[in-house]
Amino acid sequence: MLGIGSKFLKENSALSISSTFHKWGSPRWFYQFSARLMPWLAGLSLLLLVGGAVWGLAFVPPDYKQGNSFRIIYIHVPASAVAMGAYMTMAIAGAIHLIWRMKLAAMVMKAIAPIGASLTFLALLTGAVWGKPTWGTWWVWDARITSVLILFFLYLGIIALHQAFENRDAAAKACAVLAIVGAVNIPIIYWSVEWWYSLHQPASISFTGQSTIHPTMLRPLMATLSGMYLFFGWLLLLFVRVEILDRERNTRWVQDLICGESR
Amino acid sequence: MSMRRQAGVVLANTGLEVKQLYSDRDDRVLFADLCFQLRAGELVQIAGPNGSGKTSLLRILAGLSSRYAGEVLWQGKSLLKHRHEYLQELLYIGHGAGIKAVLSPLENLRWSCALRGLNNNDDQILSALAKVGLSGFEEQACHSLSAGQQRRVNLARLFCIPASLWILDEPFTAIDQRGVTEIERWLSEFVSEGGAVLLTTHHRLSFAQDFKVVTLGEVAHV
Amino acid sequence: MSESGLAHLVVAVLRRDVMASLRRGSEWSNPLVFFVMVCALFPLGIGPQPDRLAELAPGILWVVALLASLLATDSLFRGDFDDATLEQMLLSHQSLYPQVLAKTLAHWLMTGLPLSILSPVLGVLLQLPATGMLALMVSLLLGTTVLSFIGAIGAALTVGLRKGGLLLSLIVLPLYIPVLIFGSSAVKSAVAGGEYFPQLAMLGVFYLVAIALSPLAICGALRISVDQ
Repeated sequence: MLGIGSKFLKENSALSISSTFHKWGSPRWFYQFSARLMPWLAGLSLLLLVGGAVWGLAFVPPDYKQGNSFRIIYIHVPASAVAMGAYMTMAIAGAIHLIWRMKLAAMVMKAIAPIGASLTFLALLTGAVWGKPTWGTWWVWDARITSVLILFFLYLGIIALHQAFENRDAAAKACAVLAIVGAVNIPIIYWSVEWWYSLHQPASISFTGQSTIHPTMLRPLMATLSGMYLFFGWLLLLFVRVEILDRERNTRWVQDLICGESR
Repeated sequence: MSMRRQAGVVLANTGLEVKQLYSDRDDRVLFADLCFQLRAGELVQIAGPNGSGKTSLLRILAGLSSRYAGEVLWQGKSLLKHRHEYLQELLYIGHGAGIKAVLSPLENLRWSCALRGLNNNDDQILSALAKVGLSGFEEQACHSLSAGQQRRVNLARLFCIPASLWILDEPFTAIDQRGVTEIERWLSEFVSEGGAVLLTTHHRLSFAQDFKVVTLGEVAHV
Repeated sequence: MSESGLAHLVVAVLRRDVMASLRRGSEWSNPLVFFVMVCALFPLGIGPQPDRLAELAPGILWVVALLASLLATDSLFRGDFDDATLEQMLLSHQSLYPQVLAKTLAHWLMTGLPLSILSPVLGVLLQLPATGMLALMVSLLLGTTVLSFIGAIGAALTVGLRKGGLLLSLIVLPLYIPVLIFGSSAVKSAVAGGEYFPQLAMLGVFYLVAIALSPLAICGALRISVDQ
């Protein structure tokens, strides 16, 4: 539908668009900056996760009530905590995207959803595995597990909404609104579930309550928890970098980058 | 209480200015570096083949779409920052129905007027309906009207909502030959009173005054 | 905007939506029929023992009312989107907030209100003890309003998509959970002869928060949906 001039115009307009829309947070700058961060994040998270896990699995004494089965907290607790934090990060990125129209924030938001969903799924899975020896059943409607399940649903909603849009910008904005609404609701949901559980709590199960954790158990947990945060950061950067390459595939710098590597 | 504003007084000089407008859809450039101006007492027709972005352009100029780069100015001020003032002057009629089929023309227009802050103006609505040739149909449900009559109900908004800028997307759709001539006369009257009109149509406009044509689908610079 | 102008706007939007919904009929009757039918399925699935039904009734009634309200929500903005009258709302120089508020309230008047009024009849069918009836009705009156406002956010987000229905439930159902918890708990407490005012008060808080805040999200979502 456009004449011969369109090719020329496309290049021109791509320039003008990038100058107007990418004022905040240039993807190219982010791509280059994050390249320097990646190895540090990867190395540190690997060290902390592996170190914390070995410490927790091999060197911490068994729990006097649960024996060895409690050791799964070294995965379970970090996964659920980071999944929760990830949702809040996603909502903040969404707000930044809506207010300042920052494209990088949209990419961050899009990247977090699958990571967060995987982490909640991991938390649910480890929760079930933990439940079997502790409660004798794979699933118990415990307050925390239920909350994590709802968080999982919230993530699935965001992913489903994102996939439903054909237009990338509309998808990002719609998901930003939903993420913010979800983030406002999460404290209410958690508190409601907590309250609901307290109504129905059978006397025999009083296990997830704030039982005091011995410091020897806590230290490896801190290690795997911070390791998980760093791992999340690494994964997030990785996903965002892929997204940047995809979005900017028509620009000169990405093409130079690809050609330079293949040479 | 006559709310009809003398349009020419409000629309002083610069009107609507489009500067280096760019928009694309699915990586396909609709238009780029589009520039034109629409002043008071002028009519601009947007022409171009199907898929050339006419409707997209009108939606951008109406403030419904933000998928563009470049500048749109209203009286020298950015559309994004002075949306409220702009909307008071704008009347946009898209290619959608614009009416609820289960309601009557009168009920539909009452609602449309209420959205613009006009209440208890049945007299004006009735005379607008008479003007578009729908006397006697005021209380009938719109779904029992013909397509052309439904289009006329939507067009009746032109005569009960004061505005100084009309943006019309294919106003002649489903309208018969005599109706087309009528609409052309209304546009001409509005323009000679100092109003500004931006419209798309595939129809060959026969229009008393001079008017500009902006053709999309090629490098447009008017 | 002057106060009387605001009132005029709200009344005009309310009247138009209620009128359109009444003329079409199915819009308000379908959720009711759904409510009745699904409630009737439960005794068939669980068994007719009155004491068992009575125990499950508060939960069943609340879940089914929630689903009925959810199904009705999809049409909240869809009609206006399809016939392009939504564009007129967005292009009004008057604030979108009161328009959206009025639209959602009109929607509740046509779905949540009849549902709440009918609920005691279904309570009887499901052997809900008489002591729970008042709590059921009041909790539904408050709760379905909150559901309408939360659902409206989802409806506004999905209105531009061709297959919105199922997606809407995916994104909205997790947000419904607190309302369900407190609503069914109020009825259960009432049946058990306990205090149920705290739960209703909680629903009242949700009610106020939903009415005040959700129109903001709905307005933003509508703008995004139209701008595609």
